[in-house]
Amino acid sequence: MRDLYGYLDADVASGLSAQGLHYASGGKDLIKDLSLVLPDSGVHCLMGPNGAGKSLTLRLLHGLLTGQTGTLTWRGTVVSAKEQAAQAMVFQKPVLLRRSVAANVDFVLKSRRAADPIFRDALLKRVGLEGRNGQPARLLSGGEQQRLALARALAIKPRVLFLDEPTASLDPASARVIEDILIEERENGTLVVLVTHDIGQAQRLSDSVAFVADGRVVEHRTTDAFFHTPTSQEARAYLSNFMIL
Amino acid sequence: MRKLCKIACFMQSISEALSLAVALVLRADPDLYEIVGLSLYVSITATVLACAFGLPLGALLATVRFPGRGAALVLVNALMGLPPVVVGLFVYLYLSRSGPLGFLGLLYTPTAMIIAQTLLITPIVAALSRQVLEDLDSEYAEQFRSFAISGWQRIQALVWDGRYALLTVALAGFGRAVAEVGAVIIVGGNIDHLTRVMTTAIALETSKGELALALALGIVLMTLALIVNAMVYSVRATATRAAYA
Repeated sequence: MRDLYGYLDADVASGLSAQGLHYASGGKDLIKDLSLVLPDSGVHCLMGPNGAGKSLTLRLLHGLLTGQTGTLTWRGTVVSAKEQAAQAMVFQKPVLLRRSVAANVDFVLKSRRAADPIFRDALLKRVGLEGRNGQPARLLSGGEQQRLALARALAIKPRVLFLDEPTASLDPASARVIEDILIEERENGTLVVLVTHDIGQAQRLSDSVAFVADGRVVEHRTTDAFFHTPTSQEARAYLSNFMIL
Repeated sequence: MRKLCKIACFMQSISEALSLAVALVLRADPDLYEIVGLSLYVSITATVLACAFGLPLGALLATVRFPGRGAALVLVNALMGLPPVVVGLFVYLYLSRSGPLGFLGLLYTPTAMIIAQTLLITPIVAALSRQVLEDLDSEYAEQFRSFAISGWQRIQALVWDGRYALLTVALAGFGRAVAEVGAVIIVGGNIDHLTRVMTTAIALETSKGELALALALGIVLMTLALIVNAMVYSVRATATRAAYA
């Protein structure tokens, strides 16, 4: 698989690769011939203006949406249902079950026939929700709900973790907890694909930034290179709003 | 003057009915308890059966896309407004001696009344539960796909998370059943000590001019309706407090 944007300059046999993805809905082309190659670990950001197609791209990469054309491969082979089941996604607005905190994590573990109260409690502790097992999940604060959604995603020990602006409306402390976990996941060898508008967060966390504009990846480079010398006109225009350049 | 007299007579009837209702209840009138008991037996059994058929049907319509689903939805919604006398007539034709199920000898028995009420409220349970489960499914759909949760696991989760709303649906079905008169009077025949329920007894006593007894039974029926509504309210309030609604 060839990375068209120069982030990975060698053929990549391992990692997530999208080639020529096209997605249209309501008679509109929303994702147009999108190609992106990611390694099999690390934190990689999708950035771009509102409406550029970042969230759609994330859903296409995860398989929640199926493009009209294009291929999606993992380590060189077409992504199978089994491979998709080893991926998890955290949405911008957490979707929690109408159950307790513990039951939300248990539900995912039981769906994989891997119910394990000790592992569940360890996960809840990891996201700072220890001792909250019996509390109704939907009565948690926004930050706590997002951390629970992350714990639930981590319950399946994902090979690929997709996150759609997970800290968009969180206070700095909650955002920090999530960022710390993403760093740990990178060290564990998980591929983390993160949509964010937060430039500071992208600089702190990510190994590379893919810039999405008008339904295409127009640039994909290492984080330092992207922020210091963006090559695409769209990225330069976007970053100039933040006075980075 | 005449108008005032009419009002006074009406108030006296109400007052007499109330006194009679209280007296009947307090002295544990065996006839009253028999009628109330049979009403509850028939309507509760019909509600349980309607839930046994209606909930799976509602779940199927909510979660499975199949050719003709739109027509099935229209049909189930239309059946919610089934006229009870038509259901009664339909069951009567089947159970009468010359009907296809006449050999069972069920006509003018509580079983026939249960069948009629079950047919009457099953579409209500199916249509309302379909709405509850479909709303929940649209909320959970992406998260479930992300976790590769489908089929039976998905339906189980939807039914469990929608349990409070589904209980409200069941209580609504019971309310409709216990207040129904047209179907049960046709297939039950309003036979004393055998198929006489509150609604048919009210109709009979009214036709005999025994307004006080009819009103007394009406008050008992209204009290039952109030209890059912209070239960619905209580269930919803409990669920809302725990953010489980």
